[in-house]
Amino acid sequence: MEKIKKGVRLEHISKIYQDPKTGKEFYAVKDTSLEIKPGSFVTLLGPSGCGKTTTLRMIAGFESPDEGEIYLGEEPINELTPNKRDTAMVFQSYALLPHYNVFDNVAYGLKLRKVPKEEIKDRVMKILDLVELTGMEARMTNQLSGGQQQRVALARALVIEPSVLLFDEPLSNLDAKLRVSMRTEIRRIQQRVGITAIYVTHDQSEAMALSDQIIVMSKGVVAQMGTPQEIYYHPVNEFVADFIGEANFLKGTMTGRSGDKVTLDIHGNPLVVDGRPDMEEGREYTVVLRPEAASLADEGGMPCKVVLSCFMGSYQNYHVMVGDTLVKLEEHNPKNKRIYQVDETCSLVFDPASVHVL
Amino acid sequence: MARGQGAALDRKKLLADPILVTTIVLLITFLTLFILYPLAILLVDSFVGDGTFGLGIFKRIFAMKSFTRAITNTLKIGFVVGILSALIGLLFAYVEVYVRMNRFVGGLFKVVSMLPVVSPPFVLSLSMIMLFGKAGLITRFLLHIYDNSVYGYWGIVIVQTLTFFPVCYMMLKGLLKNIDPSLEEAARDMGAGRWKVFADVTLPLMLPGLGNAFLVTFIESIADFANPMIIGGSYDTLATTIYLQITGAYDKAGAAAMAVVLLCITLLMFAVQKYYLEAKTAATLTGKASRGRMLIEDRSVKVPLTIFCALVALFVIMMYICVPIGALFPTWGYKFFPLTGKWFKLVFTRYHGFKAFKDSFVLSLIAAPVTALLSMIISYLVVKRKFKAKGFIEAVSMLAMAVPGTVLGVGYIRGYSGGLFHTGVLQSLYGTGLILIIVFVVRSLPTGTRSGISALRQIDKSIEESAYDMGADSFKVFMTVTLPLIKDSFLSGLVTAFVRSITAISAIILLVTPSFLLITVQINEFAEKGSYSLACAFATILIIITYGAVLLMNLFIKYFGTSRKIKED
Repeated sequence: MEKIKKGVRLEHISKIYQDPKTGKEFYAVKDTSLEIKPGSFVTLLGPSGCGKTTTLRMIAGFESPDEGEIYLGEEPINELTPNKRDTAMVFQSYALLPHYNVFDNVAYGLKLRKVPKEEIKDRVMKILDLVELTGMEARMTNQLSGGQQQRVALARALVIEPSVLLFDEPLSNLDAKLRVSMRTEIRRIQQRVGITAIYVTHDQSEAMALSDQIIVMSKGVVAQMGTPQEIYYHPVNEFVADFIGEANFLKGTMTGRSGDKVTLDIHGNPLVVDGRPDMEEGREYTVVLRPEAASLADEGGMPCKVVLSCFMGSYQNYHVMVGDTLVKLEEHNPKNKRIYQVDETCSLVFDPASVHVL
Repeated sequence: MARGQGAALDRKKLLADPILVTTIVLLITFLTLFILYPLAILLVDSFVGDGTFGLGIFKRIFAMKSFTRAITNTLKIGFVVGILSALIGLLFAYVEVYVRMNRFVGGLFKVVSMLPVVSPPFVLSLSMIMLFGKAGLITRFLLHIYDNSVYGYWGIVIVQTLTFFPVCYMMLKGLLKNIDPSLEEAARDMGAGRWKVFADVTLPLMLPGLGNAFLVTFIESIADFANPMIIGGSYDTLATTIYLQITGAYDKAGAAAMAVVLLCITLLMFAVQKYYLEAKTAATLTGKASRGRMLIEDRSVKVPLTIFCALVALFVIMMYICVPIGALFPTWGYKFFPLTGKWFKLVFTRYHGFKAFKDSFVLSLIAAPVTALLSMIISYLVVKRKFKAKGFIEAVSMLAMAVPGTVLGVGYIRGYSGGLFHTGVLQSLYGTGLILIIVFVVRSLPTGTRSGISALRQIDKSIEESAYDMGADSFKVFMTVTLPLIKDSFLSGLVTAFVRSITAISAIILLVTPSFLLITVQINEFAEKGSYSLACAFATILIIITYGAVLLMNLFIKYFGTSRKIKED
């Protein structure tokens, strides 16, 4: 696949829809600008209705943006129909052609491009080898398992050597175990081919496992864009923090500053954390605490009361009240630790370096 | 908010697909010329037909006693036939879905549901006259009643009910199957008896569906031309009155105004049915039955219901069988033996049978694929594409469903005998085989489109999108993906169009010229003259042709259909 890799650029893209019931217009995507680097794997992540699929479908050409321009490489592609765009999509429902066998499904795009027969055969077999479906050429698609159908869909998209590969929640119809193995597969193949990939999902662990960059979307706008680590450890707001993994939000008033460190008062407990220069004394701030970063002890932290204690196998799940704030935490590897029961009072401890101030 | 750019881009993308654009333009032209324009010209004619604009013509026709009587007659018959058909249809559907039946009765039901598909419209009228008329086999020779008259109100009601109830039966069967058995089981569980369950649960759920079946039959009944023509006697309905106004009184403007009145009635019914009842039916019965239903074994329910339905079914079947037998008797009502083939021989020797069959066959054979392809294209555009004129295309092709054949026939006469808007443009079309083919197409288009739309709705939108995404343009998508996936629907649309065309009469009888002999017109003529044996001989051959076509289709679908391959799991 000796092809110049292309990136995708969205400039101030908006899409307006009409609510079929009320007839009111609303922004499905609003003034979104993105830059996706050639060869990178980028995930659009967000709850349903956040505009991620609409964005993907605008890149594919199925929807037309109401504002802004989309570029593939340096070429504006707003006016191109999907069949003229150098993109290939893997659909949620696989969308294999049910009247064709595996070979013909994969060969379909090449036949449309009038590639010579011998070459078609060659390329299809190579791709089928890549997705590990060799020997299945003659099967009808309904004789395949969900995972195999997904591989055919991927092969069909890859074989035409598009500049950009688009994924629309491709794993959501598979069961949990298969989902995990397929996503590793997708990542492996993308790395091997080196193609630019844009992937839509609402599953944050999928986004973490696959992406170079994650774009979190909410209500039609980009909430945050960054590497998985940046998004997990430094979320920009409560929405992102809550959507990516689980998060506890502790509210506290800033009482003092010394150098980079600031002191927050959380339900009467002082907490010294890394601050930002723009933070002001007397104002209230929210601290994000991940459940795995905290644990319970007899003393030495914030006093709290256990309201739920539940054995989950690999960890003990606790809900505790710190003042009137509910904090969820996971005590990993609980076998040789003291287990706190409901209504016990104890102490919530965590490393101040592992929290993040919003 | 400005949606301008998106809309402009959508338009540009559409225009980048010349085949699609051409298709849409041609389609709109066709629909406008051959559905909208004929109806529009009727309106124009009935307001300005006598030279001045106004209600003059309407005043004149409403002053005619024969016309106002025809309106009452038509509505009365439509109402009674609608109710009877819906009730008998419900009974059949209930027995089929709820009661354990033996093989024989099950077979009878299947035949009954098949018959209206393959039979020419007036077959039942013929056999009604032959069995119960003055020289009727049953009335005269079995019961020795010598002056029984089947002509008129009751004749039409019985014949139409027997013709239309199978349609209600098929409609209601689908709905009953969709009722979740656990609803009824819950009622039973709380102590309701079987009758109470039916009255309190099943019937209320079915009510919109029943209303729907009633209205569909009502529309069919008031649009029916052939049966009132043959068995109506002096009892005229709107369709026959309009026909006589043109062929007898040569009052084309009057006929146009009458056609407008008939059209208004059917359109009103159609609007209620389409926009009110269909939505309601869908709203009350959405779920699919989650599992099998406990069939009723109780003999006190099973036996009387089964016997009643079996008798009705046998009666209908007997009436159909009567037609070929009638063609074999030397003289109906007088000499029954020995059976003879002379009427069939006469058909081909003296009455230009070959030409009649050739004309009907060839015209229908041309019309059928055109209709099938056209309706698939319309369904594809309506279901899968979005563009501005889509609403127009959908509305007009559905509108054709509500237009009675007689109205369309008058519209074509007024619209094309003097060319477009009486200017002479396209006048050469009039009286040709082409216009007959067009009428066939227009008459069968709505049924084809409806089945195409429901077939396409079941195909996941992303399958076509994926092909589009892989680089296929609209034409390629349609040919390589859509059409193969709805091949079965296409084939059955093909045969339905063929059968409907070859058995059509209402519009065609107004437009056919002496250079074309059509079977249905021949049957009508011989039945009018009282030559029932000849009419039967023609009808028998027609039934054989249509039945053969349906058999051929089923065979073809069985061996070459796509759905078998796709559906097997």
